Amino acid sequence: MIILALVFYVALEMFNDSAESRDKFGFGFIFSSEWNPVKEDFGALPFIYGTIVSSIVALLISLPVSIGVAVFLSEIVHKSVRTPISFLIEILAAIPSIIYGFWGIFVFAPFMRTTIQPMLESTLGFLPFFQGNMYGTGLLTASIILAIMITPIISAITRDVLKAIPKSQREAAYALGATKWEAIKMALLNARSGILGGAVLGLGRAIGETMAVTMVIGNKAQIVASLFEPAYSMASVIANEFAEASGSLHISSLIEVGFILFGVTFIINSLARLLIYSVTRNA
Amino acid sequence: MSKDSILKNPKNLKRRKLINSVMISLCVLAGLVTIIPLIYIFFYTTQSGISSLNVDFFTQLPKPVGEEGGGMANAIVGSLILISIGGLIGIPVGVLSGIYISEYSKSFLSSIVKFTTDILSGVPSIIIGIFAYGVIVIPMQRFSALAGGFALGILMIPTVTKITEEMLKLVPMSLREASLALGVSRWKTTLKIVLTTASSGIITGILLAIARAAGETAPLLFTAFGNSFWQTKIDQPMAALPLQIFTYAISPYEDWHRQAWAGAFVLIFLVFVVNLLVRFVTRNKFSGNL
Repeated sequence: MIILALVFYVALEMFNDSAESRDKFGFGFIFSSEWNPVKEDFGALPFIYGTIVSSIVALLISLPVSIGVAVFLSEIVHKSVRTPISFLIEILAAIPSIIYGFWGIFVFAPFMRTTIQPMLESTLGFLPFFQGNMYGTGLLTASIILAIMITPIISAITRDVLKAIPKSQREAAYALGATKWEAIKMALLNARSGILGGAVLGLGRAIGETMAVTMVIGNKAQIVASLFEPAYSMASVIANEFAEASGSLHISSLIEVGFILFGVTFIINSLARLLIYSVTRNA
Repeated sequence: MSKDSILKNPKNLKRRKLINSVMISLCVLAGLVTIIPLIYIFFYTTQSGISSLNVDFFTQLPKPVGEEGGGMANAIVGSLILISIGGLIGIPVGVLSGIYISEYSKSFLSSIVKFTTDILSGVPSIIIGIFAYGVIVIPMQRFSALAGGFALGILMIPTVTKITEEMLKLVPMSLREASLALGVSRWKTTLKIVLTTASSGIITGILLAIARAAGETAPLLFTAFGNSFWQTKIDQPMAALPLQIFTYAISPYEDWHRQAWAGAFVLIFLVFVVNLLVRFVTRNKFSGNL
């Protein structure tokens, strides 16, 4: 009961506290790419862009891997291998995001700069996404770290959903002479709405992730096509500027960014939960 | 893919078998690829952490820039205080909601509570930080440990609720019926029979929530705020381990980086031990996920 009240209270509080900035900028807030605390001119577009791009790229990387992991764990390996590996993957989900960020700047970002980014540029450099300066930190680095962070979530849900698909279906497929992969493919197809739910849930997590992204995304409010360039996300601008915000309009604008973030994650999570319930309810 | 085509066309079968082995190996590969970053992070942190971990880390205050040495004693104590405040808020609410969802699951309201709990677990932690800022920091006019603890408490709720619910569901219905048949009232049955039976599971759930809260950084940035001196008053800004790691990690000083690695190692170690413990206690009981 308290929980119910709490969620509403959170929404209400954020709505009230962002009143000043909403009055001043209206809907233009979402479409303006000006963010200038000195001139007190605020627009959230670069942050929205950074959040969406980094999360979606993270999901694109993570989804195939997650499904692969789930299939690997639930359909292929023996139980004696499954238990330790699924334990390790659970730990992956439990590592604090600050540690991912820390590891990201000191180990992964240099690796990106010296190895992965030059490699991508030489092979896929004709695309606008893989051009530009290679700093190591940037959108792509953030996306890969996010992908590592959301893989355990998506694969755990995919496993649950696969478990909910009756065994007899797979047996029927084998009986018709299907290969193992064909049987698995059929199970995956039947579980697709649940897997989609897991993916959306992972997306929600990626959108709200703060510390790891703040540390590796580069923190520069700009909109460019290249994934190598630094960018900024909604959560990280709040993390960086909130404590030392100058003036109530600045704070109010940051809270509005938070409100947008809350709204987006709320919708995404509701959607994900409904999708997952629809598959696992009858299990 | 009719039966005829399989029998008459061996080439097709060969192709299908090939696709089969390619896809299966891709899945195995995915499993390995996921494990690699974990092992890498784990060993890297352990390696850099242990070498900079010493007694000073646990007993000394942070030294000013330029001076070697110092530790994070105040941050460790600060984290403990913040988690205690969080626990006082999060654990009762979480356990009670879990009981409500599991024991009174017939009602429409309880399914709404369940849904809301799931939503709450997906709310970004930084949003909870803003919320605590609005509710506690603004009225109090300063950053405080209380606000940080409050934020951590809210973050603990969904984890505790979820595990309590799962654990209570594992208690056999017959146990409840036996108690009710003996004339024990409903709430007493819940409290004395169901809760006692599930207590070990619930305690591990609480540990899990604590481990998670211990690593939370984002909501503390503008609630507990951090502090480089001893501070045990809960209405004052307070240091916390993850905050200190963040400050040190983005600083340009080599010595601070070393200390941050030590802090990171302490956190990872905590997470690992708690998860192992949870695994051990719930080994045969339930194989769900969080």
